[in-house]
Amino acid sequence: MTPQLEINDLRVSFKTPDGYVDAVRGVSLQLGREKLAIVGESGSGKSTVGRAILRLHPHSARITAKTMRFCEVDLLSASEKTMRSIRGARISMILQDPKYSLNPVVRVGDQIAESYLAHHPKASRAEARERALAMLETVRIRDPQRVFSLYPHEVSGGMGQRIMIAMMLITEPDIIIADEPTSALDVSVRTQILAILDDLVGERGLGLLFISHDLNLVRSFCDRVIVMYAGRIVETIDADRLGEATHPYTRGLLDSLPEIDHRRARLPVLQRDPSWLTA
Amino acid sequence: MSNQASIIMPAEAAPARTAPHSATQAMRESTARALRRLFRNPLTVVGLIVVALLILVAIFAPLLANHDPLVQNLPRALMAPSADNWFGTDEYGRDIYSRIVYGSRITLYVIGLVTIIVGPVGLAIGTTSGYFGGWVDTLFMRVTDIFISFPSLVLALAFVAALGPGLEHAVIAIALTAWPPIARLARAETLSIRKADFVAVAQLQGASPLRIIVRYIVPLCLSSVIVRLTMNMAGIVLTAAGLGFLGLGALPPAPEWGAMISAGRRYMMECWWLVAMPGMAIMMVSLAFNLLGDGLRDVLDPRND
Amino acid sequence: MSMIKSKGLSMAFGIGSKARDVLTDVNFSVAEGEVFGLVGESGSGKTTVLRCLAGLYTHWRGELEIAGKQLEHRLDRSQCRIVQMVFQDPYGSLHPRHTVATALAEPLRIHGIGDVDRRIDETLERVGLNGSFRYRYPHQLSGGQRQRVAIARALILEPRVLLLDEPTSALDVSVQAEILNLLADLRARDGLTYLLVTHDLGVVAHLCDRLAVMQSGRIVETLTVDTLCSGAAAEPYTRTLLQASRQYSRELATATAMEA
Repeated sequence: MTPQLEINDLRVSFKTPDGYVDAVRGVSLQLGREKLAIVGESGSGKSTVGRAILRLHPHSARITAKTMRFCEVDLLSASEKTMRSIRGARISMILQDPKYSLNPVVRVGDQIAESYLAHHPKASRAEARERALAMLETVRIRDPQRVFSLYPHEVSGGMGQRIMIAMMLITEPDIIIADEPTSALDVSVRTQILAILDDLVGERGLGLLFISHDLNLVRSFCDRVIVMYAGRIVETIDADRLGEATHPYTRGLLDSLPEIDHRRARLPVLQRDPSWLTA
Repeated sequence: MSNQASIIMPAEAAPARTAPHSATQAMRESTARALRRLFRNPLTVVGLIVVALLILVAIFAPLLANHDPLVQNLPRALMAPSADNWFGTDEYGRDIYSRIVYGSRITLYVIGLVTIIVGPVGLAIGTTSGYFGGWVDTLFMRVTDIFISFPSLVLALAFVAALGPGLEHAVIAIALTAWPPIARLARAETLSIRKADFVAVAQLQGASPLRIIVRYIVPLCLSSVIVRLTMNMAGIVLTAAGLGFLGLGALPPAPEWGAMISAGRRYMMECWWLVAMPGMAIMMVSLAFNLLGDGLRDVLDPRND
Repeated sequence: MSMIKSKGLSMAFGIGSKARDVLTDVNFSVAEGEVFGLVGESGSGKTTVLRCLAGLYTHWRGELEIAGKQLEHRLDRSQCRIVQMVFQDPYGSLHPRHTVATALAEPLRIHGIGDVDRRIDETLERVGLNGSFRYRYPHQLSGGQRQRVAIARALILEPRVLLLDEPTSALDVSVQAEILNLLADLRARDGLTYLLVTHDLGVVAHLCDRLAVMQSGRIVETLTVDTLCSGAAAEPYTRTLLQASRQYSRELATATAMEA
């Protein structure tokens, strides 16, 4: 099986008054029909990778790669027009807080229908509405008719995130990039949202790139885990073998987590080694 | 550390910048940073230079002027610009260049006085209103509304008409109409600042409302208020000139720029320099304050940090 | 002796017909030197309890007691010397224009306590920062350092109770470990009493002795951490929370979806 997304030696740097600073330094990854996690601390460059795939960076950013391929499209050389047809339609992105991603003055159902129409220009309004309602049901909203006509401020955080997912899925993308999709949510809601994503990957054969800081979560939710530090991948490992991680950074992160089932008087503190920046 | 450009690193691993060793050094460093940002925009630098020039001219007026601004010399009335009278002479034969040089003192005096009155008054009313909310806010804001709903020049006119013309009265009149926008601005800033955790922390430490307003809220409002005041200065220059033009500002024979235009307008068709020279001075100074205000906004606005 | 006591604490936001109860009959007590956790999801009222105790909300009903003293419905200056609070977001709780030294000197000046320099140095040392941090502004500090400064500022008045509002949830895990260790050390050395609000059961399990689980403004269950960790919680809600925070499981998702 060829991976849907293939990235080789991705580098991103941003222009600042003091010259370019490197945010991502040579990241390579392949994403098939699986749940692939990128974990790291703030500033590790994990979100930058997700945005670089969709070329969502300001003009001051410099993005280079040996290859950055999505199915048959070369994402590096693709025209802005091609990118627009990919964004949202074939690669969707779910962000941390749905509040900022939904238009506050449009009913949520209409927003979902609109995004369907945008990518199916020949479809009728009625058809788009049908699709949107079906989609709301897919993300386990029990009363889609009622939710359809709500405004974003009338829905809870968990509901908002489901609506976002519905909106992202209605175009039937091949890949979903989820950037901390559940960090703003409570644990019980989190489980629900993850289950939806889980089913989508299983049933529709999507590829999911799951960007998170939560090692415990990706360990039980994802298939493979990429650990990033200072813009580089320090380790790629199967999620169920995360406990056997060898890189001292990954080990250090795992050790410093307070655990319910393994209580310690003191938590070991991560000792950072400058050689991780280059090794 | 690396052979290439700097790297964005996990926040906790990033090396600390060299830390300041004293309070003055810390302050000096942040001032230096602000100044560097200020000088990056050429238009701001132009504004700064013009304002600096205005101040220098006002200070060294006796050295720069080549005639007495008040002494009449009727035989030489209405002379076009020449080597002796650089900007020409007015209807009484007074040297316009020297009058503009001395007039800068009046302009600065008005700007300075208005700003000294308006800044603290606006800040005090706005922050108090915003911090306490409730009936204090309602009361203060209704008063502000009353002042704001008067056309400012008309209010100034009425005020000067009541007290009689004169520079001090013009200043008070302008100040009366200039504080409400500052108060509103300070209130809006305060409303967002008072919800910040550091205000809650100060309350929990037992800080009095006065202390919280002065030490926590005012420093954060100050930048946008300074920007607004700088922009206002352009307006003050123009209002002062307008009052002078209407004969309600500085009394003749004081070389106030607006009054000079007013006096010169009768001869405007034949002797353009009577109006054009002070007009240019007014325009340059008000433009300079606007440019400076824009530049300051980029530097001081905490949202740009 | 109980250090913190809440009896029949209730509170509503809004007035008249729009009033919405946020706390209903909250009862708990925390012994001196104990670490007590308040756990719950967003909107459960856990932070509201903390703010009532701190004195940031004054229109609560019921009885609150700290160090044997009944709280009044206003912020009391003598109370500041006994209770201090540490906030969740170290970016928002430090004044952007105050250096570390200014921030730490403020409480001392307010209460007219002398010997400012020595106290600042001592307190900075207690939270693992040295004197070189004195003249830094918040933007010159990392997230972990900011939270240390925030803790130092809470400690400088030498309170006996610290109210901790999600003190590590804005931090990376490696830094969280440092702050949790620091809090544990401070408590061991100075015999402080903590009331810790968090949504993270891992943090509770690590730091707390006992906890109360809150849901929609009520305490569902009060139990010891040992009971929680051994899975012996009485209430199904507590058990669900525990399971959900242990790991993601498809079965749990189905089970909770059924309930919902």
